[in-house]
Amino acid sequence: MKRRRLQIVKRIFGLYLPLGAFLFFALFPFYWMAVSSFKSDSELYNLRANQLLLKKPTLEHFRNLIRETAILHWLFNSFFVSFLTAVISMTLGIMAGYALARLEFPGAKSFGMATFVTYLVPTTLLFIPLASVVQALRLSNSIWSLVVTYPTFLIPFSTWMLIAYFKSIPREIEECAMIDGCGRIRALVQIVLPMAIPGIVFSGMFSFTLSWNEFVYALTFISSTAHKTISVAVPTTLIRGDAYFWGDLMAASLVGSVPVAVLYSFFTEYFISGMTAGALKG
Amino acid sequence: MVPEIQAADDRLRAWARRFVSPEVLSGYMLISPALFLMVVLLGYPFCLAVYISLTDKVLGSSGNFIGIHNFFKLIGDPYFRQTVQNSLIYTISSVSLKLCLGMALALLLSQEFRYRNLVRGLILLPWVVPTSLSVLTWLWMFDSLFSVINYMLLSLGIISRKIPWLGDPFWAMVSVIIVNTWRGLPFFALSILAGLMTIPKELYEAAETDGARGLGKFWYITLPLLQPVIGVVVLFSTIWTFSDFQIVYILTHGGPINATQVFATMAYDVAMVAGRIGEGAAISLFLFPILLVVVFFMLRYLRQV
Repeated sequence: MKRRRLQIVKRIFGLYLPLGAFLFFALFPFYWMAVSSFKSDSELYNLRANQLLLKKPTLEHFRNLIRETAILHWLFNSFFVSFLTAVISMTLGIMAGYALARLEFPGAKSFGMATFVTYLVPTTLLFIPLASVVQALRLSNSIWSLVVTYPTFLIPFSTWMLIAYFKSIPREIEECAMIDGCGRIRALVQIVLPMAIPGIVFSGMFSFTLSWNEFVYALTFISSTAHKTISVAVPTTLIRGDAYFWGDLMAASLVGSVPVAVLYSFFTEYFISGMTAGALKG
Repeated sequence: MVPEIQAADDRLRAWARRFVSPEVLSGYMLISPALFLMVVLLGYPFCLAVYISLTDKVLGSSGNFIGIHNFFKLIGDPYFRQTVQNSLIYTISSVSLKLCLGMALALLLSQEFRYRNLVRGLILLPWVVPTSLSVLTWLWMFDSLFSVINYMLLSLGIISRKIPWLGDPFWAMVSVIIVNTWRGLPFFALSILAGLMTIPKELYEAAETDGARGLGKFWYITLPLLQPVIGVVVLFSTIWTFSDFQIVYILTHGGPINATQVFATMAYDVAMVAGRIGEGAAISLFLFPILLVVVFFMLRYLRQV
């Protein structure tokens, strides 16, 4: 009996309390984002009341956003750019990943190393020259500048993810197909791709999220409000001078965060395994 | 056939086998689109960055070649030196915090308990949600008048006066480090957790029969076996943190009085706001040696494995 009580105490101090603290740290900002976006202004800026609670939820800030800002445009831009760049990067990543996983050709090793190194190049290293490149391509201030530049950090990432995935598919299966008269490319399309669908879907979604969250390029290349993506538009256009409309800002942040949070909630396990695969297999 | 011609013929055939077999050709065909994009949009811009950094280019002009003047000017500039110092403080503190807390969180998450998968998913949220939007929430939480953090700390009696989170040089640095730790913690925790899962249970059992206790097991089994994972995670995070832009840009804009200015935000200010593009490119390029060092260690490590 005494031993059992000791066990419980140990469990509380060794697991539940510290874990609770971590969960609070991780989740409180999201709670605060949600609560603030449903508070009326009078409740938001009332120092007397208990700030942590929400008394009269209101949709006034969401109505403001739709009436007075281009938030629907921003959401559309984000969807458009993220979807397109994910598809482009997937396609090129499948091709390069398959070649590196299966084929032997001179230069394959160096190309693999090069993609790995570019995976590590931060966007803040190259945004200045890329702005000139974008200008030379006559894409400044257009979402196409993002469609063109995002694959540079998505392709290395998806290539590395997919190499690992293709390697897990037994070689013998496609070799049989090739003996039966399939060409290499047909074997890839008809045999390997269908087996790799989970890996492809997952790295596509990961790329989608990375595009959705990208900030530096979108901030640098696009200046007019209507062409911005949501992650840049909210902090740059909703803050006017020193006036912060926190209700509107939090509501817009919530709207911009929910799509990604929902997308990943279906695939948490995949995200975790992919994130760690990226780190462990390099 | 004459022997020389025979030899030349063999060489030609060997060459052909090496470079024009169907396998080799399809290999080149498959990588060429990715390679093309990387050369045009990474290789070329990198060379361009080096060139621009050697000119006095300002917005709207092409600029003149001035050699390494920009770099000399920066090294002598107290404002830039402060940026270097800030970047080092920011990176070293955030990465060490993330490593220690990430290790603790991973050890917690490796235990058996109900709803473990749900908890792991929730822990991941700060890493997944767009940083610019979650940092806006932190900006609101650090507000000088309505800070909910101050409200909670005051209510609990932990502090007796409001903390000027973003208004004071010291606290501003603390704030950006807290937010960076918040955002990067899931990556550390879940990567280390994945590493923990690969350690065979038998090792712990063997150690227990030899009389090892909790801390001893951690020190002599867990830590050495986690070393590769920790190495990779720390290297990745060092690059990301050194080149980080959004957290500082949104929370403090480098202020107050440049107390939180880091490489990326200073490069942006100098190149995009002040329009001195040559100088801005030079600041960005200071990230490059750091990248090289990390890549060097990474490749050495990958070769060992």
